Amino acid sequence: MKVLVPVKRVVDYNVKVRVKSDGTGVDIANVKMSMNPFDEIAVEEAVRLKEAGIASEVIVVSAGVAGCQETLRTAMAIGADRGILIESDADLQPLAVAKLIKAVADKEQPQVVIFGKQAIDDDSNQTGQMFAALQGWPQATFASKVVIADGKATVTREVDGGLETLEMALPAVVTTDLRLNEPRYATLPNIMKAKKKPLETVKPEDLGVDVAPRLKTLKVAEPAKRQAGVKVADVADLVSKLKNEAKVI
Amino acid sequence: MAILVIAEHDNQSLKAATKNAVTAAAKIGGEIHVLVAGSGCANAAAEAAKLAGVAKVKVADAAHYADQTAENIAALVVANAAGYSHIVAPATTNGKNFAPRVAALLDVAQISDIVGVESADTFVRPIYAGNALATVQSADTVKVITVRTTGFEAVAEGGSAAVEAIAAGPDLGKSKLVSRELTKSERPELTAAKIIVSGGRGLGNGENYKTLLEPLADKLGAALGASRAAVDAGFVPNDYQVGQTGKIVAPQLYIAIGISGAIQHLAGMKDSKVIVAINKDPEAPIFQVADYGLVADLFEVVPQLAAAV
Repeated sequence: MKVLVPVKRVVDYNVKVRVKSDGTGVDIANVKMSMNPFDEIAVEEAVRLKEAGIASEVIVVSAGVAGCQETLRTAMAIGADRGILIESDADLQPLAVAKLIKAVADKEQPQVVIFGKQAIDDDSNQTGQMFAALQGWPQATFASKVVIADGKATVTREVDGGLETLEMALPAVVTTDLRLNEPRYATLPNIMKAKKKPLETVKPEDLGVDVAPRLKTLKVAEPAKRQAGVKVADVADLVSKLKNEAKVI
Repeated sequence: MAILVIAEHDNQSLKAATKNAVTAAAKIGGEIHVLVAGSGCANAAAEAAKLAGVAKVKVADAAHYADQTAENIAALVVANAAGYSHIVAPATTNGKNFAPRVAALLDVAQISDIVGVESADTFVRPIYAGNALATVQSADTVKVITVRTTGFEAVAEGGSAAVEAIAAGPDLGKSKLVSRELTKSERPELTAAKIIVSGGRGLGNGENYKTLLEPLADKLGAALGASRAAVDAGFVPNDYQVGQTGKIVAPQLYIAIGISGAIQHLAGMKDSKVIVAINKDPEAPIFQVADYGLVADLFEVVPQLAAAV
């Protein structure tokens, strides 16, 4: 059974991005780029399925600029077997990415595709669900536990009120939530090994996918800044201010 | 132009998030219809009919909608999409689950988590954990939108829309609910609470979280929340999490206790009306957004606060 994991290259979790002064976007020149944290969890889960003897091969795929090769190498250092880069300099939006991944899935025929639930740059939370819809496959989003057995996936999901568990036949889509696992650190020998693993590059045109963006960003602005308030001396002072000044209790 | 709002409900009653989504729909402008898909959901539909500005409530009542599985709900929405210029759902875990499926099946983009409506095709949404606000314009014929509930007031009651039964779609049988463990709590729901008491890593462990924060929350009638650090450390379940990848809240009063204030946490609560921070580290970033900061040992002052309110 093959497992496919789409991974996205994003501005690192620890970088506080700055809006460009001309309002055209955020400044990502010379900032540290990393794998989207939810995708790292997805790669880890797939690698664990392989280590447990459930998956036979873990394939990682990334759509974007040439630099995504690094993201794929990171995934292979965690334990993925090979990588596919869909190289494009275009603004790739979730629907386009879902179509690109579909083209790859049609060729590779994975039984499980594990996505991160959302990318921490555009915060869209769409691609996994869109891919599942295009394939007509079941989906289990926001997973905190995944069990694959007997041609079925049993997935516990993080929902607003607590947890729910769904059961579905394979092939299926899973999107990861934070508590699914804790991704391992890639060791130096594995980083070296990852450099020798196969990495294929294709173009959206090769896959016959139209990636023209559907949404046009007119402007990117800084949100209104919250003014820092005052320091209170003690609990009595705080309670008095909440009661008399803010009038919220 | 007509707008279809997909109701969030638990079959018995309508969830508050639906009311914020209706307000967003009203800002877009056009006749508003609400779709209630569920099982034995007549009561939820009746509540939807009372929302101001709603012209019609469509009800699809069938056993296979009881659990709101994304495959069945999305297929139903798509089957009923004709004639609507906008399909709007609240950006809850449920809305986020099915709405992108609807968009993909209609071959249109989804506009996630909007916090503002500029015009019928232009919307404002946060990106990068709310560190930037993007204004985006959609060229698609149908706009599929999820609404960040804190971005819009809840619509008032006072409507009396017609309730119309519509045909259910087939049960696709793609996924099946095995079990549901919902956190039982007498406290208000996190996303609807007026006051939230939230704890972070500074509390040290789950026992301290309970013994220190619960009495305070009880006194204030507050909901309990937590930072990702507290969830990761296992103090509380994940559905307590406030932040970029957890819940987005905007209560009247948010009390952050032992929370340092990582940008991912601030993303989830910085629109609160009044923020109180209690932390022993005067340099903690949470103080940069707090209206009232108390630099103190939380183990000492939280019980005092619970006694004083």
